[in-house]
This record gives sequence, structure tokens and C-alpha cells, in this order.
Amino acid sequence: MVGTALQRRLIWRTAEVVDLVDETPRVRSLVLAVPGWPGHQAGQHVDVRLTADDGYQTQRSYSIASPPSTDERLTLTIERLDDGEVSPYLAGELHAGDQVELRGPIGGYFVWAPAVGGPLLLVAGGSGLCPLMAMLRLRQAAGSTVPARLLYSSRSLDEVIYRDELNKLVAMENGLEVMLTLTRQQPPGWTGLHRRIDTDMLSAVAWPPAERPWTFICGPTPLVETAANALVNLGHEPARIKTERFGPTGG
Amino acid sequence: MSFISRGFKGRPRDKPRDARVPPGQYVVHDFPVLSAGPTPHPSLDAWTFSIEGEVDTAKRWTWAELRALPSETVTRDIHCVTKWSKLDTTWEGVSVDTLLDGVETAADYVMAFCDGGYTTNLPLEDLTGGKAWIAYAYDGKPLESQHGGPARLLVPHLYFWKSAKWVRGLRLMNEDTPGFWETYGYHMYGDPWLEQRYSGD
Amino acid sequence: MAITEQELRLDGNAAAGLLRDVFVHEFTSVRGACATCGAEGEMGAQHLYMTPLSPGAVLRCATCGSMLMVVVRAGGRFRVGLQGLVWLEMQDEGAAS
Repeated sequence: MVGTALQRRLIWRTAEVVDLVDETPRVRSLVLAVPGWPGHQAGQHVDVRLTADDGYQTQRSYSIASPPSTDERLTLTIERLDDGEVSPYLAGELHAGDQVELRGPIGGYFVWAPAVGGPLLLVAGGSGLCPLMAMLRLRQAAGSTVPARLLYSSRSLDEVIYRDELNKLVAMENGLEVMLTLTRQQPPGWTGLHRRIDTDMLSAVAWPPAERPWTFICGPTPLVETAANALVNLGHEPARIKTERFGPTGG
Repeated sequence: MSFISRGFKGRPRDKPRDARVPPGQYVVHDFPVLSAGPTPHPSLDAWTFSIEGEVDTAKRWTWAELRALPSETVTRDIHCVTKWSKLDTTWEGVSVDTLLDGVETAADYVMAFCDGGYTTNLPLEDLTGGKAWIAYAYDGKPLESQHGGPARLLVPHLYFWKSAKWVRGLRLMNEDTPGFWETYGYHMYGDPWLEQRYSGD
Repeated sequence: MAITEQELRLDGNAAAGLLRDVFVHEFTSVRGACATCGAEGEMGAQHLYMTPLSPGAVLRCATCGSMLMVVVRAGGRFRVGLQGLVWLEMQDEGAAS
């Protein structure tokens, strides 16, 4: 296990937006420079706090999409939710040079490092890919050859986050396989999966339970619960299935 | 705290525009959902509403019986301890006065109890005299389960955690005993005009 | 000479070092047991009911739905209810491995 590391007290830090990357029409990555950032583990998140000029404050949690590093930078990848309070601001109005307050890293449960081993089964829907991408980026950066499979559910090919990077990671042929399922719209000639994640799909994609994979599932609550229940029914150890649900109050 | 997020406005809310908005509150136009647990979906066939505890004779109504009682439609402002207020909300339900009619009790306090195990405590006098209802419709439609349907307590003059969702009865008590949130430090009474949010306020 | 019960009783103060070692852990990877159904697991695997607006958060057992833990952050303090947990277990960082 990644240890239950002793904790520093969490403090609010001022981060500066140093780059913005449009990942899909609705998803934008923010590269943040955070002076004093102590580093993080793949899968951890941060709390972001916004303050309006009348003092009104609200905060949200966002997974860190970048792998652990020592450059006092981190990347958050944010999906713009039309009726959201925070995401349209973070992924729409922020410019390079703007500042946001954040604290972290937070969480020690939904984390992976090469030392944990594998095989690794990653299941994501939509922007639930972000913390799993930190794991895949870490796996790559660390030269790990732990066998890894990603099953990713997206509404359409255009909405697949990190598509080019995933293709490059797969092309390196170091034990990563990526399966996409496109639930709403498929490009002409698409021969891949095109339905919501279900038991049949997981039974075809998942490692056999006997291989005792570590599984990380992240996405909207219904997807997470469907996938976790299906894997338990297929004989996987519940203690090796880690989930992170997006609540109804995201955005 | 001096940090301002440039250009951040936050959820639509109005500055208090009149004397109807208690201190520290802002007005919202949506209807936020807060819950301490899963939303229960009780079968109306088995649903009952009870008045019990320190009473000479406990009373109980089935869903059909409750719905057959005279109802009132009231429009009130509601105030959540999380600082949102919503003005002119319209509810339909049975006045608690109607339910307590003929109930003999020496109790001064009430514990509202609910599906899912939630409880909240109130003085009996805050539930009588046209101040509280068992509400089963909101805005002219059956009360949605996320907002406390099939029925919730409505006590609009207190912070809204006192208006228990999924209410199933009132237990009359001689002593004031903390309910769920009150046990963990929310105010025993919860007057929004006095900002009685937490114990000690 | 027999030690009396009185001599065995210490002040809670004497637990300061022990409790300091216990209450510093990243909590989502701490394991616990549900007082209602007995299920064991990491706190990060349980179900949380919380909204960004709310001062109170409720952690419920992922197996039976019973309350494990309540945290209310309000009025300049935290109040933490733990009555739904039989025990908590965390790594002893000081132990020789």
C-alpha cells in the first residue's frame, strides 16, 4: 500500500494560471504554478476556493491530472458544466496570469504508485479520467511496465479527453491497453464499443480476478456504482476496487 | 481574507433587498438540496404519520387519511443555515394544529422523526398557532423526494433543518433533547433572525 | 507488593504522546469497522453525504448505509461524532518494519 503518510496541515495557497489547454470542446486543463507545493501522489485531489468581491466563497474538489513532480506545478482538467457555479468560471473565464486559491494535496485512499503494482484496471467516464491519467502519466514517467488497461466511456470521440496522449502512450507498447466506448455518437466506421459500461463489457476487459488487479473507477456516480458492482459480481476483491464518485453538486 | 477571484460571481443570489431577509442570508432562486443520507422512497401504502410520546393517546394517520384532512396552502420565506434564503415559496399541507387537535399532553417539546433516521427537536409552541405544517406539495406539485416528499415538516420561521424531510411523526417530550444535527452542534432553537446557527450563537 | 487500582490510574494527559501519534493520519486510508453491520474497510471507500454549502458531513457505511461518522464544522470549531465506528486502524509510522 501507499502508506498512510503523516500529514502536514493543509493551508490555502495562491496558485497562478500559467497555461490553458483546451482538451475537448467542453474540457480545459489549467496548468498552475503553486509556490511551495509539496508534491502529490497520483490520484490525489485539491480543493479550489473562489471568492466573489462581496466575500461570498465556495469551494470544489478537483483531481490532479499531472503526475507527481518536483516543479511546484500541477494540472487540473475541468469539464464545463452548463449549470455549474464554479466550472464555467475555471474552465471558461480564467486567463493565464490569473490566480486561484487551492489547498492540497488531499486523499490517501484513491492513489496509485508503481510500488503498489498491478495489474492495473482503470475505468472512467467523462472527466473521471483525470486522476487515472495522473496514474498513467506516472506509470510512464517512472518507466513502470505494470500491465494496465483503461476502459473509458465518452459520449463521442470528440469528447475523449487526452486522446492524442493516450494514443501515444499505447503506441509505446509497454503494457498499456486503452478501450473506448462511445455512448452517444460514433464516427463512421466505428467498430469499437458503443454502449454504457456494463457487466459484459467489464467481463471482457477486466483482468481475471485470479490476477488480483488493482482497480480504480472514477466518474459519475451511476457509472461508478455499475462498474464496481459488476466487478464484485465477477469475483473481484472489493478491497482492491477503489472508487471516486462525482457527487450531484459538482460543477 | 483579502483574496478575490477576479471575475468570479458565484451562484445567482441577490443582496438582501428588503427586511424579509435575515442577517447573513442571501436570496437564491433555485432550490438547493442538502441531505445527511440516502433519499428514502417509502411505499405510500405502508406510510403513516404518528403523534406519540408524552400524550394520553397516540394518534396515527395513513397516507390516505392524512390527505383527507383539511389542507392549507401557504406562501412563506424559507431560510437555510447554509445561508440561502428563498422567498415566497408555496406549500400545501396539513396544519400541525389540525393534527394536534384533541391531543392531550403536558409536553413542551417535540422530536420530529423521519424515514432514514433523521430527527430534529423543536418547542411545541413553535408548531402550533398556524406556524407549522406537514407539507406534501410544493409549488402546486407533489413534493419531490429530494425535497422531502412524500411529506416534510414545514416550520418556516426557524432555520430549514428544523423542517425535517421525509417526516413520519412527532414525538412529544417533557424535556428538550437534541435531534440529529443539534447533537453535533447545531443550535437547539435555530431562529434565523437571531442567527442561531450553532450552539453558543 | 501488590499494585493497587489507584496506582494504575493515570491522567489522560499521559496519553498525549500516544494520541499525537494516532491523530495525524491521512484519514481516507485509515481502516474502520462499522458498529452496525461489522463491515471493515478504508474510510475512503465509504459513502459521504456532504455539499459545498453544508457545515455538516455524514460518512455512512458502504455496506449497510448506517452512519459511521459525522463532522460539523461551524462556529469556529469541529464537532466529530464517531459512534458508528467500533474501531479505527492506521499505520504505526514509528514501528520497525
